[in-house]
Amino acid sequence: MSAILIAAAVLGVLGLLCGLLLTVANKVFEIPVNPQREAVRACLPGANCGGCGFAGCDALADAIVENRAPISACPVGGQAVADQIAEIMGVEDLPDQVRHVATVVCQGSNERCRNKFPYHGIQDCVAASLVNDGNRSCKYACLGLGTCVRVCQFDAIHIDPYTGIAKVDPDKCQSCGACVNACPKNVLSLQPETVPVRLLCRAAEEGYLVSDNCKIGCIGCEHCANACKFGAITMVNHLPVFDMSKCVGCMMCAEECPTGAIWGDFDNRQIAEIDRDLCIGCTICKRTCKFEAISGELKQIHEVNEACTGCGECAKKCPKKAITMHVRKHVRDANAKVGTTKNDYAVPKAE
Amino acid sequence: MSNLLLIIVGGVLVNNFVMSQFLGICPFLGVSKKIETAFGMGMAVTFVMALASLITYFVQTYLLLPLNLEYMQTIAFILVIAMLVQVVEVALKKISTSLYQALGVYLPLITTNCAVLGVALLNVREGYNLVESVVNGISGALGFTLAIVLFASIRERLAVSNLPKWMNGFPGALITAGLMSLAFQGFSGLL
Repeated sequence: MSAILIAAAVLGVLGLLCGLLLTVANKVFEIPVNPQREAVRACLPGANCGGCGFAGCDALADAIVENRAPISACPVGGQAVADQIAEIMGVEDLPDQVRHVATVVCQGSNERCRNKFPYHGIQDCVAASLVNDGNRSCKYACLGLGTCVRVCQFDAIHIDPYTGIAKVDPDKCQSCGACVNACPKNVLSLQPETVPVRLLCRAAEEGYLVSDNCKIGCIGCEHCANACKFGAITMVNHLPVFDMSKCVGCMMCAEECPTGAIWGDFDNRQIAEIDRDLCIGCTICKRTCKFEAISGELKQIHEVNEACTGCGECAKKCPKKAITMHVRKHVRDANAKVGTTKNDYAVPKAE
Repeated sequence: MSNLLLIIVGGVLVNNFVMSQFLGICPFLGVSKKIETAFGMGMAVTFVMALASLITYFVQTYLLLPLNLEYMQTIAFILVIAMLVQVVEVALKKISTSLYQALGVYLPLITTNCAVLGVALLNVREGYNLVESVVNGISGALGFTLAIVLFASIRERLAVSNLPKWMNGFPGALITAGLMSLAFQGFSGLL
């Protein structure tokens, strides 16, 4: 019994001595670290996801302190973290970052897009995509086997059981880009969170090929490019490419799209409202409007009808600042152009 | 003197830690993709082994033997070696940054490496005195360095050569290690 006690005591004392020595060594050989670096590191989320391009949060903190990375480098923390770091680093007037979220650029759900063959292999998109480009009839389609779900550290992507394709929860998405890199079909991309319109199809093929494969794919008909009165859409490889610096958010492209491949944020569509007290009847807005949505004679108060697309051009041009834009309550009626007298065309928005 | 020479030859070639005693296989396979890092690892191991031989000799002679606690060798040695390496690492960081950067990555990796513990236990088993222990530690580590640098140079060549697919990477490395071990067996007649 005493032998065990002696052994335990000796080892215990030895361990204690070692610990003590280590503590002393740490104190004696202490190297002062930059307190800024520690503070920056404390702000970073600590997910070590590598979304910033550095090897984890520690490496990013080093880089930020040494000015090798911008203070807004952390895509996960976004604006909040960038603000905190700006305070620590003494940088001010940070331009607001556009928050990006991972977006599933495919709407080829089970009922819209066929299966070429039943796939019984490894339940993983990478494996499935090696077999004849995947089992979906469209070779650009989301395979829905959840490779992105498994790489997401933030539980922000799930396979929708009804559509069978990936769905991102924009509130949980931290825009680290892990899913974008993992997707073998390049269906996911990081896009600004709030945009008026978005193309949700990648099928860069002739229209008849796409429509054979998918009911909602972009058939390259150029209706959107023709509908855009602001020159924001050009066709490249049978797909529209949006120049968001020219887009004013009229959503005419989404409205004109025959297949539904262009998604429009119709819930937040705007309508112009003319302040009757400020309007002097100069007709500038009427002449500016490209959608025949404003009526009124010279020196009379102008009216906006339900054909307004919410592009906001009139509000920019009004010399008296009499026009404000706000979210519309009714679905836009393209028939309500100037000259129609009916007043009961307004259809309430579906809930 | 001839005794020391025997220990050196034995440590480097005949009883090579990696090739004959199969100790320290983990860093041998893990850090042997480039000659440069392999050499760094070898140097770190040399440093740690010399230190470990030294300190474990004192622990064994002045602590464990008088108290009849030889059976606690393993655990006591691990404790002391790990502590020592940590202290050295902390000190190096402060005193010589360049040396720390050269060895730094590898030092914590080998604190409880079986080759380092192995050399301490072998010193006790062979009944070496202080000088012999340290020489054995250094020569054993030089043997490790020799083996890992040779292995790394072969692996560098293998990486660019046209191997069959199943030989690429680890299978090829393991077969190479086996063949090298076979070659080192040829030294067994030396002593």
